[in-house]
Amino acid sequence: MENKLVVSPSPHIHSGDTIEKNMYGVLIALIPAFLVALYVFRLDALIITALAVLFCVGFEYLIVKYVMKKTPTVSDGSAIITGVLLAFNIPSNLPIWILALGCLFAIGVAKLSFGGLGNNIFNPAIAGRIFLLISFPAQMTVWPAPETATTIDAVTSATVLGNLKSTPELLPSLQTMFLGTEAGSLGEMSALALLLGLGWLLWKKVITWHIPVSIMATVTIFTGILYIFNPIPLYNPLIHLFSGGLMLGAIFMATDYVTSPMTKKGMLIYGAGIGFITVAIRLWGAYPEGVSFAILLMNALTPLINNYTTPKRFGEVVKHG
Amino acid sequence: MLKTFRIGGIHPKDKKVSAGNAIQPIAIPNQVIIPLGQHIGAPCQPVVKKGDTVKVGTLIGKTVGFVSANIHSSVSGTVLKIDKAVDASGYRRDAVFIKVEGDEWEESVDRSSDLKKECNLSSKEILDKIAAAGIVGMGGATFPTHVKLTPPPGSKPEILIINGVECEPWLTSDHRVMMEKTEEIMVGITIVMKALNVDKAIIGIENNKKDAIEKFGKSAENYPGITVEALKVQYPQGGEKQLIDALTGRQVPSGALPISVGAVVQNVGTVLAIYEAVQKNKPLIERVVTVTGKDVKQPCNILSRVGIPVGNLIDAAGGLPETTGKIVSGGPMMGKALASTDVPVTKGTSGILVIPTLEAKRKAMKDCIRCAKCVSICPMGLNPTLLMNLTEFEVWDGAEKQRITDCIECGSCSYTCPADRPLLDYIRLGKGRVNSIIRTRKTNA
Repeated sequence: MENKLVVSPSPHIHSGDTIEKNMYGVLIALIPAFLVALYVFRLDALIITALAVLFCVGFEYLIVKYVMKKTPTVSDGSAIITGVLLAFNIPSNLPIWILALGCLFAIGVAKLSFGGLGNNIFNPAIAGRIFLLISFPAQMTVWPAPETATTIDAVTSATVLGNLKSTPELLPSLQTMFLGTEAGSLGEMSALALLLGLGWLLWKKVITWHIPVSIMATVTIFTGILYIFNPIPLYNPLIHLFSGGLMLGAIFMATDYVTSPMTKKGMLIYGAGIGFITVAIRLWGAYPEGVSFAILLMNALTPLINNYTTPKRFGEVVKHG
Repeated sequence: MLKTFRIGGIHPKDKKVSAGNAIQPIAIPNQVIIPLGQHIGAPCQPVVKKGDTVKVGTLIGKTVGFVSANIHSSVSGTVLKIDKAVDASGYRRDAVFIKVEGDEWEESVDRSSDLKKECNLSSKEILDKIAAAGIVGMGGATFPTHVKLTPPPGSKPEILIINGVECEPWLTSDHRVMMEKTEEIMVGITIVMKALNVDKAIIGIENNKKDAIEKFGKSAENYPGITVEALKVQYPQGGEKQLIDALTGRQVPSGALPISVGAVVQNVGTVLAIYEAVQKNKPLIERVVTVTGKDVKQPCNILSRVGIPVGNLIDAAGGLPETTGKIVSGGPMMGKALASTDVPVTKGTSGILVIPTLEAKRKAMKDCIRCAKCVSICPMGLNPTLLMNLTEFEVWDGAEKQRITDCIECGSCSYTCPADRPLLDYIRLGKGRVNSIIRTRKTNA
């Protein structure tokens, strides 16, 4: 008996929390948005999402096993998330070989070349999406019209943000944008579905409110000030909130554990930075959409933010009660 | 809303299965092993030798220096030898081996159960009695109580805080003491208030012990200056700094003692020992120990003499389960794993927790995913994953700047980590190293 006793330092119990639980928590939170995508794009949505997941998981398995020569870690669920998020960020009619390239870049370059989950500097899905946007601008910016659209001959359609600068008269109603039947990438459709996901993530304590709220608040305040002085659709805060990848980015991509700051203060700075850069690109940049670039830039600043923000230390606030 | 501390905190399942079981006695074995170092500070010098006869309460180890606490015999009999014995720390240290013969007490000890309320001693006399009785902090820290009750020059205590939190899961010894020795504890509190010359005391009890809160609330009506506060259940609320924050809203600054915000904290068990020492002349020779665990047949609270092997206590709780993989002295969050069941109960043994094999081993650690959960739960507002990295790469000046020495080793970070990283193991190492660097710097300066 004596020799069998385990002697190890405290603590002797564990919360039972695992990386898998957190990753699958994110996947569950993505279900409402996926259901909206299925409703709007039907079979296309299913095929493209399934393929993206398959490519990401497959590439990770092969690279970890045969290039890095380690035990594959695909069961942690992070590659599945990358696949789903990448699929949610692209038009549903993207050629499959382009999708495969995007997945290879996301997993192989953005994630595994840095050492895998936990060591990457940039969010793999964002990096993959930007790689595709820069390499295949034509294919990446033509969106199929929603199958739920009323006009039968609509084959392709510009997104809300595409119209915002050039032809604001073609904008769908805010309600349509909120519920999600406008043209756009797969997962960007419905702000409502994405907010449901946010509710789940907060309830399950997978993430905290700091990053999504600071992004949305910054976008609202920034465009809101402009809107007060010049109330045109281009400056309408609600259009900015409910269109493009803002909700998807703020809730699911900017909150990626690995590439976002660790302190509450840092998260607020990071979120404000993303909100600011997003609006700046949307209003004055060459691209209609800026969320991905904003997140990528702030990912790069995360180590710096971590360095300059410390948690609120015990004993720093001495309140004599 | 119930009060609690303001930074971090976790909510492990409390599993206090032995809470309803009254304190029970245990048979004294044929031999006890009484370690000479049962406290923080210098171990005692033995004042007995082989062949000496001792009674219950006879002084067998005398303090060396101020930060130390006397050791008394917990049994009557003959000293067999003074030799090394493995204690809860895992080290072999000096201990007095005593062959038990009968149960004869020193005449000075008042063994009656009558409540003795009046105390006409001066502050100095109270402190001397506490020092003579060898009382230490019984919450687990085992810091000599007379030292804690002697404020450093220039500081003035304003409030006495009584720790009835018992925030460790599984443990119920303080809870039972509070239920069964309520009046003794109340008198003990008035004695400590007198020793410190303060007129205000707050008893902090977590809200999972509603019966104790009610009992003390009722009793406190007869004691001016003493109040009871129910606290929101949150670990590590029993930590001294966390409890002061919860009850008074004052945060003890980094590196400072509680007295810097005018507070002195005492555990309920310690207060009971103070009552017994001052009013009944009884030295600290026994304590209540919770024996519990998932597969323990009869989880219980045992009044055990110091020096009885923990194996005897486990036998009294229904025997060592076949599934046993780990035996912990103390609670699951901060307790020490024992290498053997021969380790004796000491003044600081609040519980014996038997953990099944399946839960005894840790899972393999994965890479940090920087989820920052450890950062948000750290009750001292530190960044545990950063401290682990700084320790791993031996960046001592960085670790010092990140206040690694503030760590109270509560274990919340390792408990929470989804990647199963042994954060506290590293931080503990780093903290020890940084502390020694600071000491060297001070001596050289």
